[in-house]
Amino acid sequence: MRENLHRFFRAARGAGVRLSPAESIDAMRAVAKVGFSDRAILRDTFLLTLAKTQDEKKALGDCFDLFFDQPEPSQAAPDDGDADDSESGTETTESGSDSAGGGDEAQDLGPLAQMLLSQDRNEMAAAIANASSAASLSDIRYFTQRGIFSGRILDAMGIQRLRDDLDDLTATNPALAERLTAALDGLRDTVRDTVSQALMLYGREEAENLRNEILRNAPLSRIEPRQVEQMRQLIRQIARRLRERYSKPRKRQRRGHLDVRRTLRRNAAWGSVPFLTAWKRKHRDKPKIVALCDVSGSVARVSDFFLLLIHSLHEVVSDVRSFAFSGHLIEVSDILEAKSPEEAMAEIMAKVGFGSSDYGGSLADFEKQWMSAVTPQTTVIVLGDARSNNLDPRADILRRIGERSKRLVWLNPEGRMAWGWGDSEMPRYSTFCTVVRQCATAQQLERAVSDIVATYQ
Amino acid sequence: MAEHRPSASIEAVESGLAAQGYIASRQIATAVYLAQQIEKPILVEGPAGVGKTELAKAIAAWRGLKMIRLQCYEGLDEAKALYEWKYAKQLLYTQILKDKLGEVLGGAATLHAALDQLHDFGDVFFSKEFVEPRPLLQALEQPAGCVLLIDEIDKSDAEFESLLLEILSDFQVTIPELGTVVAVAPPTVILTSNSERDLGDALKRRCLHLHIGFPEQKLEERIVESRVPGISQTLRKQMVGFIHEIRTLDLKKLPSVSETIDWARVLVLLQATELGHEMVKDTLNVLLKYEADIEAAQPQVGTFIAKASRQGVFG
Repeated sequence: MRENLHRFFRAARGAGVRLSPAESIDAMRAVAKVGFSDRAILRDTFLLTLAKTQDEKKALGDCFDLFFDQPEPSQAAPDDGDADDSESGTETTESGSDSAGGGDEAQDLGPLAQMLLSQDRNEMAAAIANASSAASLSDIRYFTQRGIFSGRILDAMGIQRLRDDLDDLTATNPALAERLTAALDGLRDTVRDTVSQALMLYGREEAENLRNEILRNAPLSRIEPRQVEQMRQLIRQIARRLRERYSKPRKRQRRGHLDVRRTLRRNAAWGSVPFLTAWKRKHRDKPKIVALCDVSGSVARVSDFFLLLIHSLHEVVSDVRSFAFSGHLIEVSDILEAKSPEEAMAEIMAKVGFGSSDYGGSLADFEKQWMSAVTPQTTVIVLGDARSNNLDPRADILRRIGERSKRLVWLNPEGRMAWGWGDSEMPRYSTFCTVVRQCATAQQLERAVSDIVATYQ
Repeated sequence: MAEHRPSASIEAVESGLAAQGYIASRQIATAVYLAQQIEKPILVEGPAGVGKTELAKAIAAWRGLKMIRLQCYEGLDEAKALYEWKYAKQLLYTQILKDKLGEVLGGAATLHAALDQLHDFGDVFFSKEFVEPRPLLQALEQPAGCVLLIDEIDKSDAEFESLLLEILSDFQVTIPELGTVVAVAPPTVILTSNSERDLGDALKRRCLHLHIGFPEQKLEERIVESRVPGISQTLRKQMVGFIHEIRTLDLKKLPSVSETIDWARVLVLLQATELGHEMVKDTLNVLLKYEADIEAAQPQVGTFIAKASRQGVFG
């Protein structure tokens, strides 16, 4: 049973529950106390000792059900195999007389063939389990490995010998050979099921990691519609990570600078003999962000994810005002606060989207109405490709914004190569920006936002 | 024999807590049983008002132990949680003993000898006598053991968590001047959290993690039954059914068990025999704590009452 527990822990890790050796030791101690007799209690015990968040509890619960259901399918699967060759019922009755008559023949066969012919399900399940651990099935990570592991398990069970036996039998005893072939097909099915289930148990985390990794580095502007939801999920994860990293208290004591007034007051009880010292504190501002997002054409999707990210950072960022523009500029903060991301984006697109972009006009709109939103504590982020259709770029406004703000960051979804080609005004704008960086993938987006927030720490 | 004992003792925990008026789900009982068996703290998470603090009280009452409560808040530090030197007392004693000090040191021939004698003297002032034990140290010093409730740990600073680690894993604290104080009898530790911030992994690893959510309907009815004995069975069924319907709404603050109990008390006070439309509307402010929530729930009241009373008929 110890071995089983270890395999369960491995499966739990596969399901995304972070388990340290110490936790598995605790779990084993706890299991030793409650025993294996009551499944519900055992499940509760694992949930209590191993999982540390609500999500993990759910994942672990599912994993538990899957794992401890396992013995049944692997026993029932030979059943399926039998059911496939429908004459199996009649055959078993035959086999009694058969094995009595042809007992000598069966003696010559390899152990696997004998096992298949005897149709002992328990023995079969045990053999598959043994072969699985010999093939270290719990190391399976990707669905592409299914074939390899099935092969290894069959090898470990002695399929080579079975093939030899089959070759011999087709010559001497065709009827028996046919039965054996059918049984072998059943065996293959069973092994395939076992491997698939193992993949579900052990490989989920890895597959998810792989998918997320690919997604993180995929260009945001070109992801397929079906991936949008996954990408939103990923952006939310990123937001959570940033929140955890930067939402620490804003006060930091400055050791070395005594706050005399507070110290005297605090020690008044013992005649102002300074037993307790109070130190001067420094308040750190929470980031104030003004975001100007281009929502024309190919940049729209990047803006969508960027706005989602910025607006899920409530704990870290005290004040976000977002503006969207293509031909002209409007404020979209309220729309984003009030509605779900999908609806908000649809509304924004209906209002300003799909026009040809006019950076100069939009900047002029901003200066006219909202310039007062930019203070010396504000970071202004402009997200766009700076392709202004050869209209006046009005870089002078950008200079004034840069002078008023703490920092001016330009995020461009295009690669550096394309900056300045065609109608791109990037070189002209970039002289007035504190930072200019490429921002095409979720990973670059995370780094960019992380850096912006970090300057306030 | 060993096969049957665990489930039997878990049931014993369940009935023991029930005797104190705390109706525990199977999972809560298992957690309490395990905490006792493998001597680990329980970290209880869940929305406000589902009985996290109540659990600690019930355990203390059931086992007849003292309960020591440490309420966490931002800025809580070891002087308030663990121990503090009684500065004033130390000061006072040195003043009183001033003459004595002269006598002791007067006998010393050289400065070196005087210093040696002063060293012995110094230890007197940093002894147990001058330590003011705060909740954590108190909990370790209880001879019969106790239930230590560290309430709303998520409100405290991250540094405070690290302070707790030694206590939680080894049931001991180290006071630099005195050495290590080991628990006389390991206390049962309950930590509660409203998940306002994520706790550190180190802390979580040392605890059994128990999540108490909103109870199922049957369980909640039993809780109401034990807390508000005067309520009739039909009304109880209806009101719990109604609350479960309310919880399906998208509200700022869902009503939790404590609100259910409050509401049950109110309904008993108003001598209601069954849920009426007017009565629910008038008492909705007991359940919902935000104006916006009440407005959102108001139009649904009629349908929810109808649903709840239908359940009452068939259930």
